[in-house]
Amino acid sequence: MLWNAFSLALREIRRNVLRSILTILGIVIGVASVIAMVMLGDATTAQVTNSISKLGSNMLILSPGQEKQGPQSQDQSAKLFDADDVKAIQREINGIKAVAPLSSSSVTAVYGNENYTTTAYGSNNDYFIAKEWEFVEGEKFSQSELKAGKSVCIIGETVREELFGSQSPLGTKIRIGSFSCKVKGLLKEKGSASFGMDQDDLVVVPLKMLQRRLTGTQDISSITISVKDGVATDSVTESLRLLFRDRRNIKDGEDDDFHVRDMKDIIETLSSTTKMLTMLLGAVAAISLVVGGIGIMNIMLVSVIERTREIGIRLAIGAFEREVLLQFLVESVVLAALGGIIGIILGLLITVGVTNAFDLPFVLNEGIIVLAFLFSTLIGIVFGYFPAKKAATMNPIDALRHE
Amino acid sequence: MSSEQALISLKSISKVYGEGAAKTYALKGIDLEIHDGEFVAIMGASGSGKSTAMNIIGCLDSQSEGTYFFKGIDVKELNRNQKALLRRNYFGFIFQGFNLLGRTSALENVELPLIYRGVPESERLKSTKEALIKVGLEEVADHTPAELSGGQQQRVAIARAIATNPIVILADEPTGNLDSVKSKEVMELLKSFNETQGITIIMVTHEEDMAAYADRIIVFKDGLIENDKISGGA
Repeated sequence: MLWNAFSLALREIRRNVLRSILTILGIVIGVASVIAMVMLGDATTAQVTNSISKLGSNMLILSPGQEKQGPQSQDQSAKLFDADDVKAIQREINGIKAVAPLSSSSVTAVYGNENYTTTAYGSNNDYFIAKEWEFVEGEKFSQSELKAGKSVCIIGETVREELFGSQSPLGTKIRIGSFSCKVKGLLKEKGSASFGMDQDDLVVVPLKMLQRRLTGTQDISSITISVKDGVATDSVTESLRLLFRDRRNIKDGEDDDFHVRDMKDIIETLSSTTKMLTMLLGAVAAISLVVGGIGIMNIMLVSVIERTREIGIRLAIGAFEREVLLQFLVESVVLAALGGIIGIILGLLITVGVTNAFDLPFVLNEGIIVLAFLFSTLIGIVFGYFPAKKAATMNPIDALRHE
Repeated sequence: MSSEQALISLKSISKVYGEGAAKTYALKGIDLEIHDGEFVAIMGASGSGKSTAMNIIGCLDSQSEGTYFFKGIDVKELNRNQKALLRRNYFGFIFQGFNLLGRTSALENVELPLIYRGVPESERLKSTKEALIKVGLEEVADHTPAELSGGQQQRVAIARAIATNPIVILADEPTGNLDSVKSKEVMELLKSFNETQGITIIMVTHEEDMAAYADRIIVFKDGLIENDKISGGA
């Protein structure tokens, strides 16, 4: 009997190609859209998380002024840092890997006929450690260059591209502001961070060179500290606070006039944003699942009502109710499963295509594949089966006369 | 009628549609006996209850009151599957609207009741082909109903009805959608099955010409049997 129902069901599917294709199509669209939607959401989230991790997770940034909510801006009244502060950190604080003083200035970089406005950062070699920069070519500053504040610079990929096109910049001289300096290194491209900020848009020079030639002061506007792996950033933050309250003569009960920002906290904030993004995409996916489900439902209902007469004929010539139902069940299962499988393939293809086109990582989410498949096929089966059940329990003559 | 047990025996059968004020009687308690091998024509105006009576005989519908014995079995005692078995094993149906499965070849349409009967494939194909030969359609076995004329479609339906070697063929206005030439062909076929194979035929019609093929003509009026006479046959 099962074999009979199976062969009858397959016959019906083959006979009614258009109806079968429409049914399958409804399920394909439902499954494929959900899979593509959720997996592209995952890909975006992974991409964002990835670029956040490039910021460095064990990094503390010491800035003058009190911590403010909203966009970061310097508290102009607070005292800046100086070289002694950097030395004090190196001397007093345990568990740190790198201490990079940092001052910056907006400059126009010129090479030949090309000019480009960028930011010049004055720092030391710890800067490359703390920010996890790698070199494509060239090398770090030498100790003598740092001490003397020589006119040398290391440039980011964006600056290289703007000024040199396809040419190698190493050894050439570019003009920064009114001073010329020799390019001795090129940093490896990091890509834009999640805020849309181009991390490769920079020129790094020895701190002393920046102070003398561009800012004209001995001040350091912030200090980036990289904590050793396995050392808690919280305890380092606390040590830094105590050290600087002392160095800046802040009395008990007075507020700090500086603050330490932990990149870990920023990453947490950003992560919660991407989690929201994922949830939003999940909601969109859920809606498309329901919409797809309604599509499947419609096609199944329409075709089954159309088939009430067919059920009447089958009953009249002696089919058992359960034989008719089994046939419809097999038909629904075959169509729904086929649609589900094609939907999964299509969804994966869309995801692969889009992730390739936008250079996103491909993240396989088995959970959503299973969920979308089960949900859509279940709807297909339920709405294929139950209207048929209604028709098959009618008096044969009523089913036959059904218009 | 003879004293032997009737094949079909209706006792005070009535059929009610609707409830309360909308309650209407399609049959108002009819008694009828039909014996094995008869060719019966049921006539009457539309709404006279003739089709309802036939649907009850064919177990496609059930009576509201009264008792229906088929081969001595009280049909009211049967469940849906047992009724399906009666239809499967003893009845062949021919409808005015043919009621063939669309997009399905003549061969597969005729084969269908045999599939439900569980006849093995080789035997099934043999019976199907024989039935198609009997109605003269072996040439168009692979055509779908849409590719066949009305007369051919009705002959496919007849082949489907006889393929299972039923003991009764129930034909509801079998010539209702056909012209006179095709109608004659269909009637000749039915007559020959009745005569050569002894199949009992019960046919609903409102055409005198068609009823003339039958041995017995029963006339329905307003849910009652108005007249029941043995005719000479055509």
